Amino acid sequence: MNMIIVGCGRIGSTLAEELSQEDYDITVIDTRRDRVQQIADNCDVMGIVGNGTSFQLLEEAGIAVCDVLIAVTGQDEVNLLCCVIAKKAGHGITTIARVRDFTYHEERTYLQQSLGISMLLNPELTAATEIARRLRTPKAIDISTFAEGRAELLTFSLEGKNPLADLPISRMNQKLGTDILVCAVERNRKVIIPKGDFVFQLGDKVSIVGSPQSTSLFFQRIGIASGQARDTMILGGGRIAYYLASQLAVMKINIKILEADEERCAYLSEALPSAMVIHASSRDRDVLLEEGLESAQSVVALTNVDEENMMLSMLASIYNPKGKRVTKVSDMPFSEVLERMDLGSVICPRELAARQIAQYIRAMQNSMNSSVETNYPILDGKAEVLSFRLEGTSPLFNVPLMELPLRDDLLVSAIIRKGRVFNPRGNDCLMRDDTMIVVTSHKGIRELTDILRPGAALRGRLGRPVEEDSRR
Amino acid sequence: MNLAMLCYILSWAVCLIGLFLLPSCVVALFYQETAGLVYLAVAAVYIAVGLLLTRRKPASSRFYAKDGYVTVALTWILASILGAVPFTLAGDIPSFLDAMFETASGFTTTGSTILTDIESVSHASLFWRAFTQWLGGMGILVFLMAILPLSSGRNIHLMRAESTGASVEKMVPKIRESATLLYKIYGVLTLSEMVLLLFGGMSFFEAITTSFTSGGTGGFGVLNTSMSEYSPYIQYVVTIFQLLFGVNFGVYFLLLARKFKAGLLYEELRWYLLVIAVATALVMWDIRSLFPTLEEVFRHSFFQVVTIITTTGYMSTDFSLWPSLSQAVLVMLMFIGACAGSTGGGMKISRWLLMGKYVRCEAKRLRHPRVVYKIRLNGSAVSDDILRQVLFYLVAYVLIFVASLMLISLEGYDLVTSFTSVATTYNNVGPGLSLVGPTSNFAFYSPLSKLVLIFDMLAGRLEVLPLVVLLSAVGEKCGSVMKRTKKSAA
Repeated sequence: MNMIIVGCGRIGSTLAEELSQEDYDITVIDTRRDRVQQIADNCDVMGIVGNGTSFQLLEEAGIAVCDVLIAVTGQDEVNLLCCVIAKKAGHGITTIARVRDFTYHEERTYLQQSLGISMLLNPELTAATEIARRLRTPKAIDISTFAEGRAELLTFSLEGKNPLADLPISRMNQKLGTDILVCAVERNRKVIIPKGDFVFQLGDKVSIVGSPQSTSLFFQRIGIASGQARDTMILGGGRIAYYLASQLAVMKINIKILEADEERCAYLSEALPSAMVIHASSRDRDVLLEEGLESAQSVVALTNVDEENMMLSMLASIYNPKGKRVTKVSDMPFSEVLERMDLGSVICPRELAARQIAQYIRAMQNSMNSSVETNYPILDGKAEVLSFRLEGTSPLFNVPLMELPLRDDLLVSAIIRKGRVFNPRGNDCLMRDDTMIVVTSHKGIRELTDILRPGAALRGRLGRPVEEDSRR
Repeated sequence: MNLAMLCYILSWAVCLIGLFLLPSCVVALFYQETAGLVYLAVAAVYIAVGLLLTRRKPASSRFYAKDGYVTVALTWILASILGAVPFTLAGDIPSFLDAMFETASGFTTTGSTILTDIESVSHASLFWRAFTQWLGGMGILVFLMAILPLSSGRNIHLMRAESTGASVEKMVPKIRESATLLYKIYGVLTLSEMVLLLFGGMSFFEAITTSFTSGGTGGFGVLNTSMSEYSPYIQYVVTIFQLLFGVNFGVYFLLLARKFKAGLLYEELRWYLLVIAVATALVMWDIRSLFPTLEEVFRHSFFQVVTIITTTGYMSTDFSLWPSLSQAVLVMLMFIGACAGSTGGGMKISRWLLMGKYVRCEAKRLRHPRVVYKIRLNGSAVSDDILRQVLFYLVAYVLIFVASLMLISLEGYDLVTSFTSVATTYNNVGPGLSLVGPTSNFAFYSPLSKLVLIFDMLAGRLEVLPLVVLLSAVGEKCGSVMKRTKKSAA
């Protein structure tokens, strides 16, 4: 797959480094010769010095045969213009732009549709979402989301005293009073797609699917403390702090923001009515203690200076050893050193953004030439979560799931119909315009009919084999 | 320095040389020569040893520019030694030093030989001689990169160190595909030459070896008379293809990418053709009375000019008998060399272009001390880094040249012999003048002189830098060891 990355800043170079190790042909463009040279020397990519919004330069970089263009320069307008030009000059090209300005962010749906940009990336928002997730869920749980956040896939290990141990799956929801689907279990390094008679054991790594509400209820019931912080103290009132506060406000978490700049304080207090904004420098220990550093359930260090964030986080660990801590580090030249320090969760916006793009591209490539919409590996790649958008007609529609000869190593985990997520039962049918999420340990599912057992004939209400239909 | 990685790449190179020896076995089988058994045995040993050593993968793939230079230098020295073994064992070249000279001359695409009677050598060895030139033309490690997934992006350092020219860049984003593409272009050109030569009535064996040696711009012949006994048609074909192999392969890539204008307007290409035209005209005027027809005058001038500027070094007629102006022109062409990024040697047209432009720039600065002036090549400004490298290359080139000339002069032969011996090996041409003229060979030199010339051939092919880095790395190590022993003695 051919790819052009415009802008060799932090995100651009991280992306080039990560993706060049896979089978992508990457060309990087930047106006700064030294940055281009550095990337071209360190990674297996081609470098071009120049302005990425120039049609001629893009032509030279091979825009005509390019599959993805990623514009991650420091300026939003340059990124947008770059994508627009690429869209016109390329053939069926996927464009990704970094847009961090709040105004553009508000209008992102319009921008995406009218300019034909596939993905707008807001690193600060991504970082804020990630921080919010860390504050919301215990560390032991790994989350990925689907269908714009309406469904969640969570993975956790069964340890210690757990009501799930020695319990068969068929009795789980009944006993706990939840509505959760167990879609994959890793036991002794082997992935099992469990059936109803599957019995949990301690040490299993369990993946479940459900809506955010149902999963948080589930964790309460099985005694993994939800660990959700009820109040948080945000040090530094930058863009990430703003996005974070507006997300936490929805979750009814009490927010306290410390910001040294008075004007910024006024703006924040206006924009975030539910947050308490305090005009003080986060370097002032007395103010920090006065405002409850000792008793806050979570502390998030988000100032513009990495070193200050590290100090603040360590200070918080002294006064408040029990609280959750999140530390923002923008630049990690010596990541080995960071691992030695007690900083709580470390968030690096640039790496998150790069990872998000990389994940998007991988999912896109996985689903090329097939009706799979996205494809995420789970449990270290031993199983996959696929989402299908059900369009047109298919003999599989309107047939109860229990009558479909589905593969043994596959599970229809969730159906999203008209924006509502539910875990399908045997009597449920697939219908047109649904989004279906399946979990499977079988690789190579590309078409909807691949979810059936190979060679199995579908004798549904249509009464004729599926093979015949798919051949047509 | 990442020694584990260095060893890993070197072991692959050993394995690769073993593989390259196999075609010679086939040739031997065809001609029913016993030398084939020697080639087969040596190849088996190399492959086995290479595969055994590559079993241990290096823990860290960290690889810097200096590692690239040292690896390339060592690979080429190793290749010159390993490639010489079958020559000696097969009995074609009894002295191992002579065999090493011949192999180094092959891999570096020089084409100087120590053989007095080429036609008495076994076909397997003749083929191996020709094949080394074809491989050396594009590079052993470039070949390695084309077939091996050495996934680190830093391998660009290897490619830079082995390829010719002031600034080496990839043609496509992936280094492996770049290397493959280079060899594809190379292979297609070689194959077309082979077909055209067969068309001209050449024997199959001669067509293969000739297209290999002209492809790598090496110049080993399989006949004692080199190219002089072939028909005019074959001489023209060989001339044209030498000219093509002397062109920057980047131009072919541009043509393949349908960027015809950019390809044909390539500054280096235009100067290359201009130099050839002017030199041919000069030589034609100078030798106009030596041949009966104008066609012959043109054919020999053109052939000799092209074969020398591309640093191939065949002969269509004994040019050491030509008047002195022609000889002077040819010796100067040795120094000019082919285009950067081609299989040819010499100092390269692009370096001369940059040096000329630099002189003009400095002259301008003398007249207008505050002038800000950027040197351009192909329309875009050249960075000071590249310019500095070109000047460094020139200085190192001259120093090594002078030192070699001193060492060769110790033998006491006439100045023309000594000077052209160094010039022809250092620029990877092949024949010189006087005692080392196109009809003679290098067998008469003493072992020391042969070693010096081997060094010159390697330095010329690798464009000085890798060997300089290797020497300075070795020097540093020796220096620190000596200091330590001195301290412990005190």
